[in-house]
Amino acid sequence: MTEIFDILRGNPGDSDYKKKGVIVQGITGAYGSLHARNMMAYGTNIVAGVTPGKGGQKFDDKIPIFNTVREAMDATGAKISILYVPAKFFLGAAKDALEAGIKLLVAIPEHVPVRDTLEIIEIAKQKGSIIIGPNTPGIMIPDLIKVGIMPPMPFKEGKIAVLSKSGTLLYEISDALTRAGFGQSITIGIGGDPVNGTRLVDAFDMVKDIPDMEGLVIVGEIGGDSEEMLAQRIIDIGFKKPTVAYIAGRAAPKEKRMGHAGAIVMGTYGSAESKVSMFNKANIPVAKRPAEVPVLLAGKMGKSD
Amino acid sequence: MQLLEYQAKELFREYGINLLPSISSTTIENGRIHAKELGYPFVIKIQVPVGGRGKAGGIQKCHNDDEFELKYPQVFGLTIKGEKARAILLEKMADIKKELYLSIFLNRSKRCYTIIASAEGGVEIESVKNQIIKEIGMGDVSDEIANEVAKEMGLEGSTAEDFVDTLKKLSKLTIEKEAELVEINPLAIMQDGSLMALDGKFVTDDNSNFRHPEMEKYQEKTEIEEQAEKSGFSIVELDGDIAVVGNGAGLVMSTLDMLSDNGGKPACFLDVGGGATTESVYEALTLISKMKRVKGILVNLYGGIVKTTVVAEAFLKAYEDNLIDLPVFSRLKGTESEKAKEMLQGSRTKIFDSIEDAINAAVMEIKH
Repeated sequence: MTEIFDILRGNPGDSDYKKKGVIVQGITGAYGSLHARNMMAYGTNIVAGVTPGKGGQKFDDKIPIFNTVREAMDATGAKISILYVPAKFFLGAAKDALEAGIKLLVAIPEHVPVRDTLEIIEIAKQKGSIIIGPNTPGIMIPDLIKVGIMPPMPFKEGKIAVLSKSGTLLYEISDALTRAGFGQSITIGIGGDPVNGTRLVDAFDMVKDIPDMEGLVIVGEIGGDSEEMLAQRIIDIGFKKPTVAYIAGRAAPKEKRMGHAGAIVMGTYGSAESKVSMFNKANIPVAKRPAEVPVLLAGKMGKSD
Repeated sequence: MQLLEYQAKELFREYGINLLPSISSTTIENGRIHAKELGYPFVIKIQVPVGGRGKAGGIQKCHNDDEFELKYPQVFGLTIKGEKARAILLEKMADIKKELYLSIFLNRSKRCYTIIASAEGGVEIESVKNQIIKEIGMGDVSDEIANEVAKEMGLEGSTAEDFVDTLKKLSKLTIEKEAELVEINPLAIMQDGSLMALDGKFVTDDNSNFRHPEMEKYQEKTEIEEQAEKSGFSIVELDGDIAVVGNGAGLVMSTLDMLSDNGGKPACFLDVGGGATTESVYEALTLISKMKRVKGILVNLYGGIVKTTVVAEAFLKAYEDNLIDLPVFSRLKGTESEKAKEMLQGSRTKIFDSIEDAINAAVMEIKH
């Protein structure tokens, strides 16, 4: 069992097996409270909220609120935190979480300055913690735990791992997979920023050894070389499970930021052609449309049987 | 945001990086005054936020009044990679011995700042040979690293000293202004061995704008971009006739790709974000109504965070207020999408079950 599953699900015999506690930083904000409730409705075990200055209060009359992540961890033993604070408060909130010893930090906010992300990645490395995001929809094991903002409908328990830079494309493609009978073992949103706490290649390393994984779907987009690095890694380790990719942004003009801070082609760096050609080199078909992903995956799985 | 050359040079000057005398203007009348101040010969340089200016004729030498009167309007009138001149920079002509390349940039692959330097500058970075590459963490450059780079470039004496000084100033600038890229290309060695930044490129991390009110004066936005930002949208204007609207950057890019694959020409990329409300979508339609070239609107919404009924209400209101009179081809999926479909029945907004169907209908109906 890989580390990410130890953190999110645990092992049979653990007292908190399949009900790992999650702390919500920014639980009293409009966005944080909405998604705290959504996560609870999904079955995620939200054990505490953190809002500096509101320690001692309760969220929805039942979830205790603390001033710091350390207090929340001391009281609950939770190792996972999700962060809904505005971008300008990201650095402080993320430091609070990592220095307290959070093992998995899911950073939702968009528009985080890249220097703040770099600083947090450095701290996470020292502490041996995982950062998902910033600017991510989050991470989930469908039908078990959701640490993020994804709507529940597209996802279903299953054996395909989905890694995605984009949020809505993650929903869209998971939906298409689910309708084609491909449930998901785990879905990880990498985020649309230029620098990610967990890169596609790191996310791949987290999931590649899942024993019962039957396939992998990679949802990339223009900008950077995260996709190329992942394709190279797949070649290097000789990963053989059926894998399909999708790349958004083929028609985007160069040197323009397409919504995501990271979605920009500079010269040939970050171009869709570069990514598609690396995936082709790794013998991974690249879908032209989201709806084509399950079709290609079914084709791959048929061949590998 | 990419600054114009003269703006980058304002920052260089502030940080003590050596520059030739130069003055920017936006009218030929002011240009004439500057020409007198500078004295011939000088170079006329178009100010556009893209590279490739030299090849496009945007940099011209000027030796006398006649040349000035001819070339200033010529250069000002150029459009380079779709970008019109924002200003003209007059800069003294330089007596150059050699051209170097120097930049510090956010290295996305390595997740750190990185120096690229070369003794063979003056060409675009893709063609710069013998690149010296040094990873520098959060961007700080020690004397040791700076000296190492100078040595590897084969610089000696006062030129090497000048280079170390320039590199350290560039590092300070990168850190303090939170740049994604600061480039001096060429960094010229003059006949006397001193160094001069002949060109400057500066790309900001727009997410750090809130910490840099002093950079606000460099912000350049069209009216439409400004309104989009106020509404929390991302917009990229394109030159086709079908406006593409959706929620989430990835989904809108994907829709753009599929539309282009089917022969459609996108007029814009408009991401209304996750937190869309009736008001904000109405604002998006207001923006689109201002783009004269738009003949139809393609909407791709994957509801999740956003309720699709909220979007339907915005469309109904836009028709009611005569804000738009354009056909809308939409695919609304997600929470309450069935109800949204009912609401839009009988309006000019057609709802399709798949984005492929919506695109086909849009391309069929909007002929070029």
